[in-house]
Amino acid sequence: MATASDTQHGHDHHGHHDHHTPGFVARWFFSTNHKDIGILYLIFSVAAALVGIGLSLLMRIELQSPGMQIFADGQAWNVAVTAHGVVMVFFVIMPALIGGFGNYFVPIMIGAPDMAFPRLNNISFWLLVPALILAVGSLFVGGAGTGWTLYPPLSNSTYQSGMGVDMALFALHLAGASSILGAANFITTIFNMRAPGMTLHKMPLFAWGMLVTAFLLLLSVPVLGGAITMLITDRNFGTAFFDPAGGGDPVLFQHLFWFFGHPEVYIMILPGFGIISHVLSTFSRKPIFGYLGMAYAMVAIGVVGFVVWAHHMFTSGISVDTRAYFMAATMVIAVPTGIKIFSWIATMWGGSLTFKTPMLFAIGFVFLFTVGGVSGVKLANASVDVILHNTYYVVAHFHYVLSLGAVFSIFAGFYYWIGKMSGKQYPEFWGQVHFWTTFVGVNLTFFPMHFLGAQGMPRRYPDYPDAFTGWNMVASVGSYISVASFLVFLYVCWRTFTGKEVAAANPWGEGATTLEWQVSSPPPFHTFDELPRIR
Amino acid sequence: MRRKTVSRFAGLLATLGVAAASLMSGAPAFAQPVAGEGEPPMIGAPYNWGMNLQPAAGPIKDAIHDFNSLVLWLMIIITAFVGILLAWVAFRFRASANPVPSRTSHHTLLEIAWTVVPVLILLVIAIPSFRLMYYEDRAPDATLTVNVTGRQWYWHYAYPDQGNFGFDSYPVQEADLKPGQLRNLDVDEPMVIPVGQDIRIITTGEDVIHSFFVPSLGVQKYTIPGRTLETWLRADRPGTYYGQCNQICGQNHWLMPIVVKAVPQAEFESWTASARQRFAAEGPVSPAPVPTKVADAAAATLAR
Repeated sequence: MATASDTQHGHDHHGHHDHHTPGFVARWFFSTNHKDIGILYLIFSVAAALVGIGLSLLMRIELQSPGMQIFADGQAWNVAVTAHGVVMVFFVIMPALIGGFGNYFVPIMIGAPDMAFPRLNNISFWLLVPALILAVGSLFVGGAGTGWTLYPPLSNSTYQSGMGVDMALFALHLAGASSILGAANFITTIFNMRAPGMTLHKMPLFAWGMLVTAFLLLLSVPVLGGAITMLITDRNFGTAFFDPAGGGDPVLFQHLFWFFGHPEVYIMILPGFGIISHVLSTFSRKPIFGYLGMAYAMVAIGVVGFVVWAHHMFTSGISVDTRAYFMAATMVIAVPTGIKIFSWIATMWGGSLTFKTPMLFAIGFVFLFTVGGVSGVKLANASVDVILHNTYYVVAHFHYVLSLGAVFSIFAGFYYWIGKMSGKQYPEFWGQVHFWTTFVGVNLTFFPMHFLGAQGMPRRYPDYPDAFTGWNMVASVGSYISVASFLVFLYVCWRTFTGKEVAAANPWGEGATTLEWQVSSPPPFHTFDELPRIR
Repeated sequence: MRRKTVSRFAGLLATLGVAAASLMSGAPAFAQPVAGEGEPPMIGAPYNWGMNLQPAAGPIKDAIHDFNSLVLWLMIIITAFVGILLAWVAFRFRASANPVPSRTSHHTLLEIAWTVVPVLILLVIAIPSFRLMYYEDRAPDATLTVNVTGRQWYWHYAYPDQGNFGFDSYPVQEADLKPGQLRNLDVDEPMVIPVGQDIRIITTGEDVIHSFFVPSLGVQKYTIPGRTLETWLRADRPGTYYGQCNQICGQNHWLMPIVVKAVPQAEFESWTASARQRFAAEGPVSPAPVPTKVADAAAATLAR
């Protein structure tokens, strides 16, 4: 990282240091530098992805044919299902998009020297490590066989005795605290530390996405914290918040969980929206189409995303008028989402398109997110959700928006920015191999799940009636291809970091206009010698 | 005045939606043939390589099929539109074909269009959807009530109007399957209902949350401890309709199937008469903490 330009920077800020780049331990373990913390988050995310992918591979092996194959019993299966969900949501997607790319690029994009609270940033990352240890550790003490939704009474001590659920709940608490601190940091940074001339309406869309995400986190995660605290006291201290025998109500937990859980799904996708906008604009060599519409579509999705939570509870006995409201509100979200899809296509329209790996992932994202979006519109209808709720149709839907949507945006961001972050450019051929194997694998895995769901196959089943065999076999084969594609990704990483191809400050040409392309690759330890001035 | 215009507008859209729905239902791409009069009893179960909904056995599911077709076709059209557009743009504006990019970044009319058109499409979906949802909610004049309780890991059905008897419905274990029985789907004692009658379903929970889910009848409701929920169903064709517990409920979540058997009224009455006898030993409907099974399940099936 000690580049020539590096040595010219930074001395003024750290007069008491002769070497502005700290030693290994100080740099990676006590780091307060947003770029280094971003790298740590990305490494963390890849490590957690190995766990999450391993679990999904085990599940697909189990489901490849009917009958119990490799899991000891239903409880072991439920534990795997829960851990897969928790790890992927809290330890793979969120760290990669928010902690990783958000930390690294938001300050650079808005022309800030660092995050507003660097030490808070440090603790945000290091809270995640014990959280992951607790989550994975819970697998070895019985685990939480509750599904990631943790609905009581199943998550009560009567039905899940042992430490597994408690450890998972503490893991969520730590991850939640990390998210809340990170959110406060992002909001403060974006509101107060933009470079002169960088008005909100000139701010890159990734920073917009992160700003909206940070607000969603700040307002929703505390509700999860409250709900799981009540669950912990129900389990351990004899309270009865969710126990009808003591005057409590299991449905209360569902409301609290989904008041967090629904904004959470937008938390996982809004930063991705930002990345996709940047990539499409760069490789079309065209400014983003309808910039303000794009920014405020994200704000609208964030705001409306807070008032639709009970569409996860259409069969929980909420009254029919309540269902009508939540159904209508949910369908409204399709409008700003549609604005984004069509604005992305319009961004490409008339452009001069090159199909580098990030662009392939971005185009793939637009199409697959559309597929996940339209199945979401169908599920939003309480009238038809009555036969689709909790079936594989739901599994297909949310994997299309997350496993294909959010993950494609992570890969798009990875290939777009890896040269910037590491100073080494990825091998284009292997990047494209990675894209095509991923595209084929994930579609083969998740598209047949629509059919299984329409046929009524329930979620979270380790064994199923024989009629579901065909499509489950196809899905399992698809998942093996997907796992192979992740190995290709690891190979790409290895080739990138050991390779000799040096990334230029701006490898993408005139289409890449945001501030990170104005600094060297990698950027100096202290990015800006003096604050950039935005015209 | 304004209200009138709005309602007329909504009415027009509703008409359009219903017309579209009836058009679509005329082209059931993957639908299975359903049993009619004089044919053998219908089986409501998934089938291998099935791609669309399970066949409909009653009016609720029929209506769901109509609505599902409407939404499915809209989904296919929208996805195909976006996909073709993307492919066309990728081909037409590739760098070699279009070396100089345009700088266009605004087009007010387009932006208004792709805001308003989705709103209209959503209205076309929402209006029949609301109607269907209210229809599914409850039966105003149900002739019969069945109390459904989900328990780890079997079902309990009680008939308060037929002499207040109740019984447990256990899955048939794989080793005990008889020829023709479906693995993971068949039970020892199905819930029996008369054909063509509105059945009120009252669900209650006892241990954890389960979900009473029968796809071919278009019915699903959680069974939640401390709550009593209501829904309804009706089978218009005699037959056997399979379902499964659809809310994670622990160890054997995957092995608590539901079988609803719809029989003609006379057969239903003779079944209730014999069931009152057979299940009398199980005591009153009020759920016992540890239910004991008395009746020999295999001998007491409906096949007489």
